[in-house]
Amino acid sequence: MSQETTGYEKPLPRPPEPELTAPFWEAAKRHELILPHCAQCDNFFWYPREACPRCLQSGWSWVTASGKARLHTYTVVRQPANPSFAEDVPYAFAVIQLAEGVRMMSNIVECDIPDGLEVNMPLEVVFDDIDNDWTLVKFKPASAN
Amino acid sequence: MSIRGKAAIVGFYELPTRKEMPDRTTFGLLAEVTRGAILDAGLKKDDIDGLITSEQFNSLTVAEALGLQPRFNISMTTHGASGATSIATAAEAIAAGVVDYVLCLFGESRPRSSSRLRSVAESRDALPPRSRTTEWEVPYGPVIAMNGWYGLMKQRHMFEYGTTQEQFAKMVVDQRFNASKNINAVWYEEPVTIDDVLNSRFTNDPLHLLESVMPCSGAHAVIVTSAERAKSLPNPPAYILGVGGPATRHDIIWHDEDMTTTPVVDSAPTALQMAEININEVDLAQFYDCYTILAMACLEDAGIVPKGDIGSFYQDTDTTFNGTFPINTDGGQIGAGQTGGTGGGFRHVVEATRQVMGRGGIRQASKTDICMVNG
Repeated sequence: MSQETTGYEKPLPRPPEPELTAPFWEAAKRHELILPHCAQCDNFFWYPREACPRCLQSGWSWVTASGKARLHTYTVVRQPANPSFAEDVPYAFAVIQLAEGVRMMSNIVECDIPDGLEVNMPLEVVFDDIDNDWTLVKFKPASAN
Repeated sequence: MSIRGKAAIVGFYELPTRKEMPDRTTFGLLAEVTRGAILDAGLKKDDIDGLITSEQFNSLTVAEALGLQPRFNISMTTHGASGATSIATAAEAIAAGVVDYVLCLFGESRPRSSSRLRSVAESRDALPPRSRTTEWEVPYGPVIAMNGWYGLMKQRHMFEYGTTQEQFAKMVVDQRFNASKNINAVWYEEPVTIDDVLNSRFTNDPLHLLESVMPCSGAHAVIVTSAERAKSLPNPPAYILGVGGPATRHDIIWHDEDMTTTPVVDSAPTALQMAEININEVDLAQFYDCYTILAMACLEDAGIVPKGDIGSFYQDTDTTFNGTFPINTDGGQIGAGQTGGTGGGFRHVVEATRQVMGRGGIRQASKTDICMVNG
C-alpha cells in the first residue's frame, strides 16, 4: 500500500461514492480547490452529493474556488480518536467558512497552536501532499496583503 | 389535532447507573426494569400492548426476549433524542387509539472495559464502513467520542456570546451536586467545585473532561397510557401536555448554518403551543446534556433565557433541586452517567416523571407542576 511505502500512517480519505468525488481529489492533487456549484439555482454546496440539496436537481458542475476562507470555529485536539494522530497533538480540528459560502472540516497549519488561533481569522488554502495518491486540502493564516 | 393531556406516564423503574455491570446482560437489565415499571404502574405484563426501544436493541428482538407480543412497536432512531421521542410517539399512538399501554425501554450492560479495549485493538486494522465521515472528517483527526463536535460548538458560543469557562463549569457544579444526592448516579456523593472543572484536562480545548458524560451501564423503563386509564391506576399521573419534534437541522454538526442554534427552536414552540402554556410557566427542566454546551444551547433555544444569555443565567441562578429554577435534578447525564443503548437521554424522562409525581425524595423540588423535557 502507498501508506506503507511513503510512511504516512494516518487514515487516508475513504470516499463512499468514489466516482462522484474523484474530480475533487484529482483537483487537490494539482493544488486546486473546486466545489460543487448548481447552476440551476446558483448554489454552492458542501459536501458533494448527486442532487443539489437546495433544488434537488442533478447536473451541477465543479467550479474553482478562491481558496479564501475564515475560521468559523476550531477545537484544539489533545486526545485524538485515532492514535495515529497522537504525534501531532496539539493540533487544530476546524470548521472552515469558505468565501463561496460553504463550510468544510480541515486543519489549520503553519500556525502557532493554540495561541495563533482566533475565531473568524482570515485563512487561505494550502495543499498537503500526504502520499503519491492523496492531497489533503488544509488552511493556513492568510498572508498580510 | 392536539393531544394535550390525552396520555400520561403511570409508572417507571430505574436501575442504578454504573460504569460497568460485569455480571449482567443487557436483556437481563431490560427485563428487570420492565418488571419494575409494570409493578410500579399497578399493571400486569399482559396489559402491555406497545413497545418502544432504541435502535441498538430493536423492538422486535427485545419483545421476543421479554416474551411480549406488542401490537404496536418501534425502534427509535433519533440517537440521543430517542428516549424523549419515545414518549411523544407513545402519547401520539395512544391518543390515536392504536395502542393502550406503551412500554418505553432503554438501557445496556456495556462490555467490560478490558474487552472494549481488546475490540478496539482488533478493529484498528478493520476499517469502518465508508461514509461522508471517512471521506471528509477522519483524515483531519477527529477527537475521541463526540467531544470534537461539541468543542467546536462551545468555541463558537464563547465567540458569539462571550460565554465563559466559569459559566460552563457552574452547570457541572450544580448537576454534580444533584447527582451527589442521587444514589442511582454514577457520581453519587462526589460533588465538584468550579476549580475542579476548570482544572480537569482538556480532551480538546475549550472542552474539559468534566463537561463530558461518563458512558455507563444501566436501564430505565416508563409506561404510558391514556388519561382515562391513568385515573384508575395507583400513581398520580404525569400528564403529557404537549410534544414537539423530533426536529433536525443537521446530522453532521459542522454542516449547520448556525452551529450554536439547535432544533429545539423548532420543537419547543410546538410543544408549548400544544400544552397551552407560556415558557415562564415551566417550573423545572430536564435537558439532554451529553456535554455542557448542548444543554445550555438547548435551554436558550427553548426560550428559558434569551439566546446567548445562558452563561450569565447559570452564573446567577441556583439550578440544583433546591434552586429557583431546577435543571437536571437527578444530576443529568453529566452527573448521573450516560446509560448505553441511548438510555442517557431517557433518564431525563424518568426524572421528570419522578418530580411531577412528587416522588423525588430528598431531591424533590418545591414546585414541579410543569416540567419541560428535551431529548
